[in-house]
Amino acid sequence: MDLLGLANYAVFMGILIGIYALLSLGLNIQWGFTGLFNAGIAGFFAVGAYASAILTSLPASGRLGGYELPLVVGWLASMAAAAAIAWPIGKICLRFRSDYLAIATIGIAEIIRLVIRTEGWLTGGVRGVTGVPRPFGDLDYMPSQLAYLAIVATLVLVAYLLVERQVKAPWGRMMRAIRDNELAAAAMGKQVEARRLQAFVFGSALMGLAGALFVHFNRSITPEAIDPMIATFLIWIMLILGGSGNNRGAILGAAVIWIIWSVSELLTDRLPTEIAVQAKYARVFIIGLTLQLVLRFRPEGILPERQAGAPPHR
Amino acid sequence: MTLMDFLNFHLVPGIVLGSIYAVGAIGITLVFGILRFAHFAHGDMATLGAFIALALVTAGIDPWRALPIAMAVMAVVAIGVDKLFYDYLKARPKIVTVMASLGVALMLRAVVQVVFGVDPRTYASGIVRPDDYFGILLRDRELYTLAAVVLIVIGLTLFLRHSRWGKAMRAMSDNPDLARLSGVDNRKVTMLTWAIVGALCAASGFMLGINNELHSMMGWQVLLPMFAAAILGGVGRVEGAVLGGLIVGIAEEMSIFILPAQYKAATAFVLLLLILLVRPRGLLNGKVL
Amino acid sequence: MALLDMKDVRGGYGDADVLHGVSMRVGEREIVVIVGPNGAGKSTAMKSVFGLLTVRGGSIVFDGEDITGWAPDRIVQRGICYVPQVDNVFREMTVHENFEMGAFLRRGDLSAAYDRIYGLFPDLKAKRRNLAGDLSGGQRQMVAMGRALMLDPKLLLLDEPTAGLSPKYMEQIFQITRDVRDAGVSILLVEQHAKQALAFCDRGYVLATGANRHEGSGQALLADREVAEMFLGG
Ligand SMILES: Nc1ncnc2c1ncn2[C@@H]1O[C@H](COP(=O)(O)OP(=O)(O)OP(=O)(O)O)[C@@H](O)[C@H]1O
Ligand SMILES: [Mg+2]
Repeated sequence: MDLLGLANYAVFMGILIGIYALLSLGLNIQWGFTGLFNAGIAGFFAVGAYASAILTSLPASGRLGGYELPLVVGWLASMAAAAAIAWPIGKICLRFRSDYLAIATIGIAEIIRLVIRTEGWLTGGVRGVTGVPRPFGDLDYMPSQLAYLAIVATLVLVAYLLVERQVKAPWGRMMRAIRDNELAAAAMGKQVEARRLQAFVFGSALMGLAGALFVHFNRSITPEAIDPMIATFLIWIMLILGGSGNNRGAILGAAVIWIIWSVSELLTDRLPTEIAVQAKYARVFIIGLTLQLVLRFRPEGILPERQAGAPPHR
Repeated sequence: MTLMDFLNFHLVPGIVLGSIYAVGAIGITLVFGILRFAHFAHGDMATLGAFIALALVTAGIDPWRALPIAMAVMAVVAIGVDKLFYDYLKARPKIVTVMASLGVALMLRAVVQVVFGVDPRTYASGIVRPDDYFGILLRDRELYTLAAVVLIVIGLTLFLRHSRWGKAMRAMSDNPDLARLSGVDNRKVTMLTWAIVGALCAASGFMLGINNELHSMMGWQVLLPMFAAAILGGVGRVEGAVLGGLIVGIAEEMSIFILPAQYKAATAFVLLLLILLVRPRGLLNGKVL
Repeated sequence: MALLDMKDVRGGYGDADVLHGVSMRVGEREIVVIVGPNGAGKSTAMKSVFGLLTVRGGSIVFDGEDITGWAPDRIVQRGICYVPQVDNVFREMTVHENFEMGAFLRRGDLSAAYDRIYGLFPDLKAKRRNLAGDLSGGQRQMVAMGRALMLDPKLLLLDEPTAGLSPKYMEQIFQITRDVRDAGVSILLVEQHAKQALAFCDRGYVLATGANRHEGSGQALLADREVAEMFLGG
């Protein structure tokens, strides 16, 4: 690979890392600060991606679309759509321990997948949505990539600052108190439910936005683009390894895991085809194992939660 | 549609599917009730059990003879998984174990994919014609499935009701602190629970496989209906898991009357949300965690 | 020599101490009562005997053996049984199964033990197939005591066995406690109904904010002006 190729690859990776960082930040709000188990991240991501794609894409026969609305509308809609799905699920499940939310989010991710495949009039079915505009998409390749990187980086920064501010505010302190002490949480009752719901909905909205950024980067989306289990699981490892409860950790984890994941893909792609398929699944085994190892040997992650006086992490 | 068509094409398949769900849901409800966490590797343990049975069948053993062997192997595997991946998390909040179980799910599935590949497989090839029992059409394998489920449920119920360690398991599920004060060894109950759960996983995976086909995602795809069944019946209740399993199975087969066939898999989810909304303790008053 | 001898026990649940030096003795065939305001550490003192919290200082000697820091199941086998203040029965199990769980560590023929328990609690005989969770509060308390007595302990710890019970049941529980003692079991008992408890016990301890305040025979404590002002409504 020559230098230019390397630079291209770096920018490409940078954009994807930014998108994963948003997902990881979203999960950090839910799990890191509030202790909510979202096992359907890929679902919220997909909803955001399709929502923005449908609203902003060029007309296509056989499916809804062709509104060609401005990008900002698409992005806001992606957040709203993900939030709108998160709300009723949270409303029903957050009264109970997080196990129930985990089950329900696995379910909703599955249903979202079914809807995307089945409702061709809305999502284009297996053909997906194409003709999704990309900001600065008519520039040359490199400037266009750089411009997109700048947009993603800005949004990650904004999200980071917003979340940091929330977490340092009384809201964040209360959330941590709830997370770390189930008894106190139970005593606070109704108010806790409302706060948890806010965290769940807000986190999911960020995941929806990440979906939108992905679809505008890719210019299209198909149901195959998102493997629900693996996508969800990658985000989990990013957060846990990076340091759940720490926003910088969430972003760092996204970078580390995404680089390892894609480099290992490059490597396994070079293997002879007979073992390439097996190597692909061996990689999945290894990410599963990585989680176990992190949970066992460094549960607080690379950048532990900063918190005076409290035990490092759970 | 005649009554017989309804019975043969909807109710009977619903009952067969439901009793397979029941076996899976019993395992889920035991882990949920005794060890107090949602075990997300349950479906993939079932997959692994089904493929272990396949390996035995390939080696020339009759499928229904392979079942008990696969159950025994999975009992050991489940204990091993607990020792390797769950046990050291017991001092942390239970939800961390839930997460670990999601990782185990991925790992077990990857093992199946690497060892057995991703193509669908069957225990026996060829089409089996059903026999006619007074108008009800049943294949041998369906009959054996129902019989096996009945045996498993009766055996397990007797064990939990009347044996010393069965009572210890119920005591642990009912009031863990008091069980410990009574001298029940937590570790032994945990091991025993995993042995039973592993065996049940193998049974449900095998029965899914023999009534349809085996593939690496088969267990993950039934995880949601099995959880829905366990919660619907009431967490911690074996009878509840059976009832819930049958309801979910039958409801899935009936769902085509109101939903497009592609959304069959959504039935369990709807039932789950409904029961959480109106009666979170489940039909038979189980636990709420 | 006392059967149980706690000396200057300190400890708590997390990092902070709840007990700041509690000393207590229970002799053979003695009923000893602990009274004190809510949150005084009465239950905690009892749990410390039973190995349910981190003891950071002092010693607990039972029957000539230092049992400080032992795990509960070992303590059970050594001859102490404990009835917690709350959640003290298996609600989803029958009365009889509760007793069976009480005897979990015992092998061999248990029919004599069951006869003894049903002799102490005749009301429960007819209810033996009922779920413990379906019983009235008083009957549930009896199940809890019965479960603890199945192992034939030398010392029985009872945490507020009469809380929330009608006077009739309270009298009955006290009577049973005496019967148990007469059968040779020593009893350490936490009570909210201080007046009644001090009247029927052999000796009593008054605990406040995690430390001993007063001790003496029941009668002496009842007569003490300070104790009376503290707990007995003047
Ligand atoms: N499981 C626990 N974890 C942490 N702190 C506890 C726990 N149980 C009790 N405490 C604290 O220990 C102190 C003493 O409680 P304890 O239950 O021993 O009081 P008590 O005298 O039995 O009161 P009561 O009459 O209400 O039963 C209290 O401040 C209480 O908040
Ligand atoms: Mg108390």
